[in-house]
Formats: sequence, C-alpha cells, structure tokens
Amino acid sequence: MTALLHVDNISKRFGGFVALDGIELAVEPGERLGLIGPNGSGKSTLVNCICGTLQNESGSVRFDGHVIDGLAAHQRTHRGIARSFQLPRPFHSMNLADNLRIPLLYTVHARLGPLRSAGDLDARCHELLEMVGLAKKAKQMPRDLTQVEMRKLELARAMAAEPKLLIADESMAGLSHSEIEDILALLVKLNERGITIILIEHIMSAVMSFSQRLAVLVSGKKIADGKPEDVVRNPEVVRAYLGQ
Amino acid sequence: MAKFSLITIAVGAMVMAGAHWVHVDYLYFASYTILQFIVLATAWNILGGYCGYVNFGSAAFFAMGAYSSVFIHKIYPLPVPLLILAGAIVSGIAGFGMGYLTLRLRGSFFAIATLALAVVLQTLVVNWEYVGGSRGAYIIRPEEIEFAGITINYIEYLFGLMLLLAVIALITARTIERSQLGFGFATIRDDELAAEASGVPTLRIKLIATTISGAFMGMAGAPFPYYIGYLQPSSAFGLEYAVNSIAMPMIGGTTSWIGPLVGAILLGSAQQYATVTISSAVNLLIVGLMLVAFVIIAPNGLVGLVQGWRRAWRKP
Repeated sequence: MTALLHVDNISKRFGGFVALDGIELAVEPGERLGLIGPNGSGKSTLVNCICGTLQNESGSVRFDGHVIDGLAAHQRTHRGIARSFQLPRPFHSMNLADNLRIPLLYTVHARLGPLRSAGDLDARCHELLEMVGLAKKAKQMPRDLTQVEMRKLELARAMAAEPKLLIADESMAGLSHSEIEDILALLVKLNERGITIILIEHIMSAVMSFSQRLAVLVSGKKIADGKPEDVVRNPEVVRAYLGQ
Repeated sequence: MAKFSLITIAVGAMVMAGAHWVHVDYLYFASYTILQFIVLATAWNILGGYCGYVNFGSAAFFAMGAYSSVFIHKIYPLPVPLLILAGAIVSGIAGFGMGYLTLRLRGSFFAIATLALAVVLQTLVVNWEYVGGSRGAYIIRPEEIEFAGITINYIEYLFGLMLLLAVIALITARTIERSQLGFGFATIRDDELAAEASGVPTLRIKLIATTISGAFMGMAGAPFPYYIGYLQPSSAFGLEYAVNSIAMPMIGGTTSWIGPLVGAILLGSAQQYATVTISSAVNLLIVGLMLVAFVIIAPNGLVGLVQGWRRAWRKP
C-alpha cells in the first residue's frame, strides 16, 4: 500500500448516535480529494478522527506508513497532517505574523530541531503571508480581517506547519464567487507544490473543478468514491445528497 | 533579558538599601506583605493571565508553603531559604497534581475545582494535629540573625528574602512572556483546539503552567509562619489571598508581567493604609470596590488602559 493516508474501517459514535460507520478511505500522495455529504453526514467527525481531535472507537488510521491511532492532535500535526477549521479559529490576541509563528515554533522546530533564527522565523512568516496575499497586514490583528482574509489566514497557518496532507474543512462557505475562485487558486497552487489535499465543501462547482476524486458520505457511511463526473451521476448519490 | 534581570535586581537592591536607611520596623512589616502579594499575583498570572485558567485556590498553595515550613520547623528548624525551597517543591507538586486532575476542565469548571481543592486542604490541615490542627502553631521568630559577622534584624531579613523572591518571580514571568513557552501559553488562552492543530502540546504546557504557578505561591507562603509568629488554618487559607491574587493582576492587567506588579503595589498599599487608618476589616471591601470599578472602566487593567491611550495618541 502506497497511500499517504489510509482510513481503515473506522467507527465513531456519540451516545446512541452513530456518526461514522465503518469508513474506508485511501488517499494517494499528491492527490486532490473532494469529500462531500449532506449536513450531519459525518464529514467533520471524520476530519476530527483523522486529525486527532476525536479518537475513533474501532478501525485504524494510518498515515505515511504508521498507525496513528491514539496520538494526540499535536502529535499528528508534527507527523504532517494540517487542517483548517470550518469556522476560522485564529489566535485572537496575536497579530497575523505571530499567528503563523506558532506552528513554526511548535511543529517545524519540533521536527527539524531549532534551526531557525529569529530572522529566519520572521522571513518565513512573511513568506507565508505573501503566499496568501496578506503580507501588508502582518502587524494587524485577526479581528481586523474580512471573512475571506480570515479563511486565508486559516490556510496559511495550516501551511506554516509544512504538512504532507492538508485538510480544508469548508474553507469557502459563505464566500462570494470571486472569493471562492481566490481560495481555489490558492489550494491548487499548494497542491502543485506536492501537498495532498482533502477538500470538504458544499459548493458543488468548487468541488467539481478542484477534485480529482470524489468521496460521498451519507449518515456516517461512504456511499460512493470515484471520478467526480461518475460519482455525481451515481443514482444513490443523487437520491441521498442532491435530493430527488 | 540579561538587561531586564540586571535592572530588576538593581531596583530590588535600591529598595533594600532605601528601607535599611529609613529603618522603621513597621515599614518592613507593611512592605513584606506587599512584596508577598507581588509574588502571589505574578504566580497567579502565569496560569490565570497567560493561559486563561482562573485559579480560585491560591490560598491553598500559599498555605501549603506555610504549613510545609511549620512541619519542617517541628522536625528540625532549617534556615528560611531552604524552607522556601521546600515550599516551592510541595506546592509545585500540588500544582502539577491539580493540573493533572483538572486537565479536562475549562472555564468556570476549572475555577470551581480549584476552589474545592482549597476547601479540601483546609479541612485536612484543621484535622492534622501535628501542625497544630485548628488551634494553630506557634513559631518563635529569633530577634536577629547573624550573617558573616553582621547582625541584622530578623524582620529585615525576611523582608530581604521576600524582595529577592519578588525579583525572581518577575524575571521568570517576563522570560516566559517572551519565550516559545509564552507563545504556547497565549495559544491556550486564545483557542486550545487551534493550538493543538498548530502542534502545541497543550496538555504538557498547561502542566508546566500549573507547576510554576503553584511553586511560586508556595515560595510566597513558606516564610509566612516566621513573619506572623502564629499560624492558624483560617489565616493561611484566608479569603484575602485567593481574592487578592486574582484582583491584583486584573486591576494591573493580565497580559504582561507589569500588570500584577502594578496591581499588587497599588492594592497592597491601599490595604496597608486602610489597616492603619480605618481597620483591617475594610481590606476586602477595598478590593471588591476596586475590582468592580476596573471591570467597568478598564476591563484590560491599567496596562490595557495605557496601551489604549498610546494607540489613540499615535493615530489621532
């Protein structure tokens, strides 16, 4: 198996509610995977189980050749899994540059040892902000940002950890058409640098243009997985997801 | 960093020299209390201000330092600096334990747990005969102490030790503030989930904070039996310690080392003044009123207020 991420038959329940029911998912290195499903279908729970915010009850998650079950979220970040949150969660008391400094200090340092000097750190923060087009606002606070800028900060902070896999959890919800294009272009650029991306999204046009492969979750089960154009024509998907 | 330490030590030495020059016993008594509150407030702020975990049990950590001194004094009286070290170890371990037991608790639940810890410990001490139980314990303070041929007044000696502790606490707080650890503390205050996702080991960092905070509170408490001469549970676990160590950083400002310092000097002096002119019973009233006033006028404390003014000044 050469998959970067291999989710093997994982389940998660909250009390009597089965949030994930035997999910099986493999993601190849460098792939762009779209993950869709109606509200409450378990997408975010799956993300949380992959990232370590929640622990799966059965099955296992393998990343980069190692089983990562039981590892805390920060350990998984150190291994190379980064995520952006559905609702942006910046560090409110820090300016944008310092927001990016955290993953640099705690993840990149932890991985490589303290190689970076203070100057290198500043340069790297600036470079990341440049990448998402926020370089001019380095000294501003997160509260001064617009929605789309907040999403970009969220992605930049995930990228600061220098991940192998980036999970973008609804990073376009509530944005305008041109803003969606902005974020999509950014994600494609990251993918071209060799980062594997899982995109969770409701906006179908964005998912269709971005994904090389599409997986569909419905009430905790994966009901389809394949080429986007095939998946959206799958009658089961049409019935459950698009509504008919 | 080194510069700040030098300046702080120099200021400390100046205070010491100034106090020696004035040489009024009452001054030592009063300033000792204020210095003790600087240590307590700074210690509280390392957990409460930097990490955002409100500890209502400061009195318990303070009392643990004080009672570990009483305990050791009963076995074999050691010099006070060693007692301070013992207090730091006992309260540091207690801080670590408290952190470990309350890891999953956040916000008001954490605060309630720390309050419960204080109540439990007070009950234990009240029923522990060896350290005096509810009757309390007497420690006869020597009149003076000899140091390399120089005899100094014992209360001046205690004052000097507490001054040294305050200097160490402030240097520690400022060092943390500017370090990787300080950034980690701030992420816990802002958003623990995002902190974990950025690779911050929030659990370990929280334990570091509860341990350091607890240890400093224990150090503040260790010389207390010698200072007061008679230690009873109700004075060591006094409400004023819990309330003051929260109120002082709040009034000064919780995001920087200078906040607890300013708050402790301001509130501590006001209380000492009130004790002499009105009554010591009015102390908590002063704290309460000032806290209410500051929550309304300056929710970010004096430091926040000044920062706000400076920002307004720069962009008119």
